[in-house]
Amino acid sequence: MTIWIALKRPAMLVPALLLAGLALVPCVATAVDQPFYIVFFARILVYAIAASALNVALGFGGMVSLGHALFLGIGAYSVAIPAFYGIDNGWVHLAVCIAACALVGLLTGAVSLRTTGIGFIMITLAFAQMGYFVFVSLKQFGGDDGTPITATSRFFGQDLGQPLTVYAVAFAVLCLVIWWSARLRAAPFGMVLRGARQNPRRINAIGLQAKRYQLAAYVMSAVLCGIAGMLLANLTAFASPATLGWVVSGDLIVMIVLGGIGTVFGPLLGALAFLGAEELLKSVTEYWQAVFGLVIFLVALLRTAGLAGLLERLSPHGLVASGDSASAQPTPPAGGTRQVHPEANPYPVAGGGA
Amino acid sequence: MTIQLVLTQLLNGLQFGVLLFLLAAGLTLVFGIMSFVNLAHGSLYMLGAYFAATAYEQSGNFGLALLAAIAGCVALGYALERAAISRLYGRDHLDHVLATFGLVLFFNEMARIVWGPQPYFLPLPAAFESTVDLLGISYPSYRFAIIVTGLAVAVGAYLLMHKTRLGMLIRAGAVNPAMVAALGVDIKLLNAILFSLGAALAGLAGVMAGPIMSIQSGMGEPVLITALVVIVIGGIGSVSGAFYAALIVGVADTLGRAFLPTLLRELASRDVANAAGPALASMLVYLLMAVVLALRPQGLFPAGRTR
Repeated sequence: MTIWIALKRPAMLVPALLLAGLALVPCVATAVDQPFYIVFFARILVYAIAASALNVALGFGGMVSLGHALFLGIGAYSVAIPAFYGIDNGWVHLAVCIAACALVGLLTGAVSLRTTGIGFIMITLAFAQMGYFVFVSLKQFGGDDGTPITATSRFFGQDLGQPLTVYAVAFAVLCLVIWWSARLRAAPFGMVLRGARQNPRRINAIGLQAKRYQLAAYVMSAVLCGIAGMLLANLTAFASPATLGWVVSGDLIVMIVLGGIGTVFGPLLGALAFLGAEELLKSVTEYWQAVFGLVIFLVALLRTAGLAGLLERLSPHGLVASGDSASAQPTPPAGGTRQVHPEANPYPVAGGGA
Repeated sequence: MTIQLVLTQLLNGLQFGVLLFLLAAGLTLVFGIMSFVNLAHGSLYMLGAYFAATAYEQSGNFGLALLAAIAGCVALGYALERAAISRLYGRDHLDHVLATFGLVLFFNEMARIVWGPQPYFLPLPAAFESTVDLLGISYPSYRFAIIVTGLAVAVGAYLLMHKTRLGMLIRAGAVNPAMVAALGVDIKLLNAILFSLGAALAGLAGVMAGPIMSIQSGMGEPVLITALVVIVIGGIGSVSGAFYAALIVGVADTLGRAFLPTLLRELASRDVANAAGPALASMLVYLLMAVVLALRPQGLFPAGRTR
């Protein structure tokens, strides 16, 4: 019963309808013979997964990583490099992807989390840039130009390079990720993580090591982002250093903020709005990035609670004890001078236990 | 590997380091006093180069081009600070990143609209086309002029920060902006001046880089990211830290790219060296940063901040 009551609230209803719509995309696209839409929406699904992954670190954990494209790229190359040597076994690709992302995430996360605030932003950006230059200098895998993937991942005899297959898999993964992050958000682990975002000292004071939780969340976020990269590589049958570009990292942050930071459905809403607006603007003007840049600036300036926050405001409160209510909405910071108490800032960057 | 070659590369590293310092100084000052993360700093560098190229096309005079670029960047920096940046000071870093990320996209696209997608070239000024004789090696005099200018700016910045009233206010503002404002200093004006100063230095760096790199949309971001590495290594908010770190990063990067692949070839097999050499060389600066952070998270030369 409760699920039906929950669905009466726009904050749940709209994302549920969107997911249902996304499930129908392949049927509709096939019916009207427009396979382009399958690829287009598959891209949205993949970016929604990547944004959900970043949301675990950024939204729940307050770690503003400007380098998550690194893991998207590692995921893409963990398909491309085995494929280059003729290995098309998807399980091998997946194992390489998870191992590489976990290792890189653990190493870069351990170093990055030694800093807080602006330092964390810059370091994650620098690590992503490092990955970018590594793949640029690997001339045998196409260097700057990237490399086409001739052997896309195969699972149970199914070729993930097929648009329909990759769409179905991406949709399933996205649903799992949304379900998982809703669980994570309310689980003790997620509570500690969100607590560490607000005040790492208090978390340390009650005997939990905030940094460990943050590092664990960062690694999980990295692996999940890598899986999105793997799907992206299969979708485009191409891996290029451009996937690791710093603009991609920025795009992921924009999607999260646009959708609603720290919320469960925010990344999906954000990815839909971001890539949809991009496609629309592209059809209007060649110079769409100028318009887009200003819009991003305004989103930051107005400091909204995102699309998820908007839906939340349309929903009557107190109907259901949903994990997503008020606490998910950042109240505007107290403005003016720099904050005295850490609590005054709803999203202090990467907590430090100092 | 002769000693001349090493010396030349060392000078090249110094020249790159000095350019990095010009960018990093503005970044670290703006961060130090206003706690503001400015990703759009690289756009000012790019626009400085474009302004100079346009002014040079019109006038044919490099000195005029230099002045035009700096004036343009100061005006733009001031306008940007008043219209956009100053509204974001009280916010958290995520908003700073997001807003300036939007501005970067905007400026890059505007540069493509105004100056077109093809790269621009700024010719060497006539007076600096020759080479100079340094310690027995002949070195392009323009690159030498960059080193001299950069060092002069570093000295000027030191004098400004430590010997003038403005510098005193800047240092005081970095420690406690609310107190400085309470003592009757127009902190808004101070912020705008500081931001414009940073913009002028970024513009200067853009002009000086113009003749040795191609001027194109998006040229600011790679060097901006390296400048971010510099201020992290140097200690965020510290100008002298930015100076030493810029030289370290510039020299390490240049020497790494020049000699690491050959050095690896001595140690490992040819195939391995050819594959890993360039990759390792391009990672060197970031590895340096990771090591510094692992050992000294506050940076090598942290500013003496009380916060």
